[in-house]
Amino acid sequence: MRTRFFYLSIYFITISSLLGVVISGQKENKTIQSSKEDHCYSCHKEIDNLPKDFSENDIHRHANISCSSCHGGDPTSDDQEVAMSPSKGFVGAPKHKDIPKFCGKCHSNINIMRVFQPRIATDQVEQYYTSMHGKKLLTGDENVAECASCHSAHAIFPAKDPRSTVYALNVPGTCNKCHGNSELMKKYNLPSNQLEEYSKSVHGVALLKMKDLGAPACNDCHGNHGAMPPGITSISHVCGTCHVSNMEYFSSTRMAKAFQEQDFHGCEQCHGNHTVLKPTDEMIGVGKDSKCVDCHSSGDEGYTVAKKIYSLLTNLKNQFSLADAKYLEVKKKGMNDIEIGFLLQDAKQALIQSRTLIHTFDSTKVGAKTKDGIEISNKASLLAQKEIDEYYTRRNGFAVATLVFLLVVIALYFKIKDKKKKTEK
Amino acid sequence: MIGNIGNKIISWIDERYDLSPLNNMLKHKKVPVHKHSMWYYMGGVTLFLFLVQLLTGILLLLYYRPGEDNAYESVRFIVTEVRFGWLIRNVHSWSANLLVLFAFIHMFSVFFSKAYEKPRELTWITGFIILVFTLAFGFSGYLLPWNELAFFATKVGTDIVGVVPVIGEPLKIFLRGGEEVTGATLSRFFGIHVAILPAIFTVFLTLHLLFIQRQGMHEPEHFKNLPEEKKKYIPFFPDFALKDLLLWVIVFNILIFLALYFPWELGNKADAFAAAPAGIKPEWYFMFMFQSLKLLPAHILFIEGELLGVLFFGVAGFVWMLIPYIKVKRKPNWKIQPLTLIGIIIVAFIVIMTVIGYLV
Repeated sequence: MRTRFFYLSIYFITISSLLGVVISGQKENKTIQSSKEDHCYSCHKEIDNLPKDFSENDIHRHANISCSSCHGGDPTSDDQEVAMSPSKGFVGAPKHKDIPKFCGKCHSNINIMRVFQPRIATDQVEQYYTSMHGKKLLTGDENVAECASCHSAHAIFPAKDPRSTVYALNVPGTCNKCHGNSELMKKYNLPSNQLEEYSKSVHGVALLKMKDLGAPACNDCHGNHGAMPPGITSISHVCGTCHVSNMEYFSSTRMAKAFQEQDFHGCEQCHGNHTVLKPTDEMIGVGKDSKCVDCHSSGDEGYTVAKKIYSLLTNLKNQFSLADAKYLEVKKKGMNDIEIGFLLQDAKQALIQSRTLIHTFDSTKVGAKTKDGIEISNKASLLAQKEIDEYYTRRNGFAVATLVFLLVVIALYFKIKDKKKKTEK
Repeated sequence: MIGNIGNKIISWIDERYDLSPLNNMLKHKKVPVHKHSMWYYMGGVTLFLFLVQLLTGILLLLYYRPGEDNAYESVRFIVTEVRFGWLIRNVHSWSANLLVLFAFIHMFSVFFSKAYEKPRELTWITGFIILVFTLAFGFSGYLLPWNELAFFATKVGTDIVGVVPVIGEPLKIFLRGGEEVTGATLSRFFGIHVAILPAIFTVFLTLHLLFIQRQGMHEPEHFKNLPEEKKKYIPFFPDFALKDLLLWVIVFNILIFLALYFPWELGNKADAFAAAPAGIKPEWYFMFMFQSLKLLPAHILFIEGELLGVLFFGVAGFVWMLIPYIKVKRKPNWKIQPLTLIGIIIVAFIVIMTVIGYLV
């Protein structure tokens, strides 16, 4: 009898736990109301009182999520008094400081979110409070960005949708709404020309002009929900997420330690931050555009290495340019350029690798790679010269052949004339 | 010394096979001399270009490998790595085009001088068949480098074949070796180009040449009406043959010039999944038909425009072949006779449609 009671208890406990899970799931989903019978939308549209930024294609509206899911109230009633009654849970527009939690009601709850996107992250609010924006909001700052500042309130689209305010191409403009406001930024002692600087940088040109979605926007370096300026220790890692080899080479050098000791900003020290320009070979060496001479001076080891690396790079670059010019001539002459093209691709690769190896600050390593590149460039040059020579040989051959043909034609002409005379006789 | 050896060889053969009929023919064959004599050379140039095709084709066969994975690569190998491969391939491509051009010129010169009339009806018919096979050579050979343009041009060309009622669809599938243009089409076209067509072509060419040798050169009306003493002739051998040779040498020189200064681009390798490149055009000698089909409306009465066009060209070609048997009444008052007028209209149509095809 006791055993039977024991088994029955286990059975009931299991069933009631399962029921509990189902009921709690249903409760959570109840916070989201379908917009199919949505009097909020129909009435507000009728009296032309939809929110200013309202979009018919908003992601929530597309998912049949009613206005009341965020703002409360009863969307099934067409009586304003009833529909917007606090007794029906109507909360109206949330206060600025409450917005992250307001959105987080659903976005921080995986049980709700997985219905729409099973793999979606639900830590946005959590991350937000670690960001500079979130921290300031908690102190009561009314100016800092919250969810709607970046995503808008009623025209939200997935980040991959070009209409979205957080679509890669739109991110710089979205951030600039606040960060480009000099009055506002003054309060935080921040510059307001980041977009201007960024637009001139390699990243900005690639993203904004070339529309290369692979190029980094603001959030790729600063983070999005947990946005913060990268610290000194993390700056190489931030750049290194894309420039892997450069970071690996740099972090294993003596220079990396020296940088840390002197509070230098890693990559930023030589390349800048928002204004990362296309690096030139002149940045290494000891010339007027050199970055090395900012710290090194004539006679020290760094100065000598910089000079050596610059000379190695220049040598490869010159050999490559020579081969490339010949390659273009071969192409122009319509000769066989296939193999030369392949060789030049390899030479270019060697040049790129040599430039990357600069970050080892080791002239031996750079020298080994430039040697490879020079050998390949010379091979391409030789091959190109052979094709150019062949081009002239063919033309000379044609001239000789034409001369021979001409002689044959003349001989035949006289023979025919001779025959004609004989026939006439 | 060389002459002696030559004579010895000839007499050795003569002793055994009696070359007197051939000798007699060469001695007695005469070519009329008049203001339109230059057109007699067109057939010879066409024959010469065919011989160039034969020789360069054999040389290309030494390196060409048919097949989806090999054709393009082997042609690229020929033009880049093989010694004088570029010359042979370009001469083959240029000679093919000049061959069609001279075949057309030869055909129309025969038409306008009425050389097809009795007793030369079969010479005309075999000549027309040779022209059709020449075009087939061009169409099948165009695909062999397996490049983008050739691939899509073949697709369009075989699609047009499919329009013909009843036999069109099976013929299209037969030509393609399946529903689509694939490696199977390439293998098929290769076989057609290097084995089937040359075999049939040789038969008709031999007949065509035999008919000419047997019947001699055609004498135009105005020449025939001259009094006997005013008719001028030159011996076919060696006088006319030497002039032929002179022209062949010049044409060969031009051929090498074109091959060197205007090489045929190989382009990109054919890719069935790639989008068709812009400006796909058939070879120039198909352009007038292609352009006419393009200009036709989608429907003419209850028949599809394209179908009507294809049927029209089919029937027109057939009628053109049978022209020696079609009697058109002479109009004594007309400055240009009706048949000549038809010929002029046909030439004008071909030229205008070709030009429009390249301009539009």
